[in-house]
Amino acid sequence: MIPSDLSVAAESSNPLLPAVPDIIWSSVIFVVLFIFFWRAILPRVQKMLDTRAELIEGGIAKAENAQAEAAVALEKYTEQLAEARAEAAKIRDQARQDGVKILNELKEQASAEAARVTANALVTIEAERQSALVSLRSEVGSLAIDLAAGVIGQSLSDDKNAANLVDQFLAELEKSEQAASSGTTAQPESVN
Amino acid sequence: MGPNIGEFFPPVVLFAGTPFELNRIMLVRILVAVVIIVVFWLGTRRMSVVPGRGQSLIEMGLDFVRVGIAEDLLGKKDGKRFLPILTTFFFMIVAMNLTGTVPLLNIAGTSVIGVPLVLAGIAYVTWIYAGLRKHPGKFLRNSLFPPGVPVGLYIIVTPIEILSTFIVRPVTHTLRLLMNMIVGHLLLVLFFLATSFFFFEAPGLFKLFGIGTLAFGFVFTLFELLVAVLQAYVFTILTAVYLQLALADEH
Repeated sequence: MIPSDLSVAAESSNPLLPAVPDIIWSSVIFVVLFIFFWRAILPRVQKMLDTRAELIEGGIAKAENAQAEAAVALEKYTEQLAEARAEAAKIRDQARQDGVKILNELKEQASAEAARVTANALVTIEAERQSALVSLRSEVGSLAIDLAAGVIGQSLSDDKNAANLVDQFLAELEKSEQAASSGTTAQPESVN
Repeated sequence: MGPNIGEFFPPVVLFAGTPFELNRIMLVRILVAVVIIVVFWLGTRRMSVVPGRGQSLIEMGLDFVRVGIAEDLLGKKDGKRFLPILTTFFFMIVAMNLTGTVPLLNIAGTSVIGVPLVLAGIAYVTWIYAGLRKHPGKFLRNSLFPPGVPVGLYIIVTPIEILSTFIVRPVTHTLRLLMNMIVGHLLLVLFFLATSFFFFEAPGLFKLFGIGTLAFGFVFTLFELLVAVLQAYVFTILTAVYLQLALADEH
């Protein structure tokens, strides 16, 4: 049955020989679909793919920007921190210097005060010594005269003479003292 | 009656006697074209960057051709250039192949020589055009006289090259698809007619054979689904390979 059917069919139509309507309709359908895909579908898809790629790249760029900004902020912050540290160190140094200066000034003041006090004391002492010397001189004179009057038994009524005597005596005393001191210093020179 | 080659030449339905004669198979093809247009038009009408379920399916299909065939074989630039033709080939062939297993249609739009021949012809013209455009003057010479072959051997090599590249290539491109679809249809017809015969006409226990033929028919229907997709893929990827060979820098 089958072979005879095939042979009958083959006589009427060979599947390898294209019929004109077959070719025409195939071509028409291809052309329609080709234009449809080429002009309508693929551009739409391409547009969407481009938008998607842009979006993804935009997202990446945004993230990169944020990262860069963060890095800049960090740098700025670090810089500020360093500045603040330097400032603090400067202030500390300044304070230390100031402290030292104040201390020195105080020390100077104190030593000056001490020197002044010492000088005052010396002046006072000198003044007192002078006054003591003056009073001693007058008192020693009168005492010695009194003593001498008692010893010689006669009152040296003439105070003026007595005072001259005392002065003379003291002057001699001083002179002898001076001679003694110059003699002690001059002696080593003469030896040489 | 058994499976018959005449099934691929059904009676004319419309425009009889003109070059635009329509028979059942032509109508199936037109239906396929309409379905493709409607599906892709609706599927890509509102493309969003974050795809929904429908868009994901459409994108998956288009990406299969764009990434898996065009960009993979031709690279980004040439892949984009020839993407429309490859996309059209793939979806046209796969849809027309699948009609062979769609109930009531039951015939592949590619099982008549028109579609395979026209598409293979377009592929042939396209890759020759691409080669001539890319390597003007050198393309034909290098195709017919491959460089690096001793001069004397061209007596053998050149006829082989002419035959294999310019004659056998388009013929096999056409027939591989056409014969797969014709044979697939005949097999399915054979199994289901045999089932019908065993169930309704065979005497007694012979009816049981019908169960076996029905099972085979079912299995081969699934197989035909695979073949439909596979042959569309093979046809499209071969087109891309021919283009790649024509565009290759060795020319």
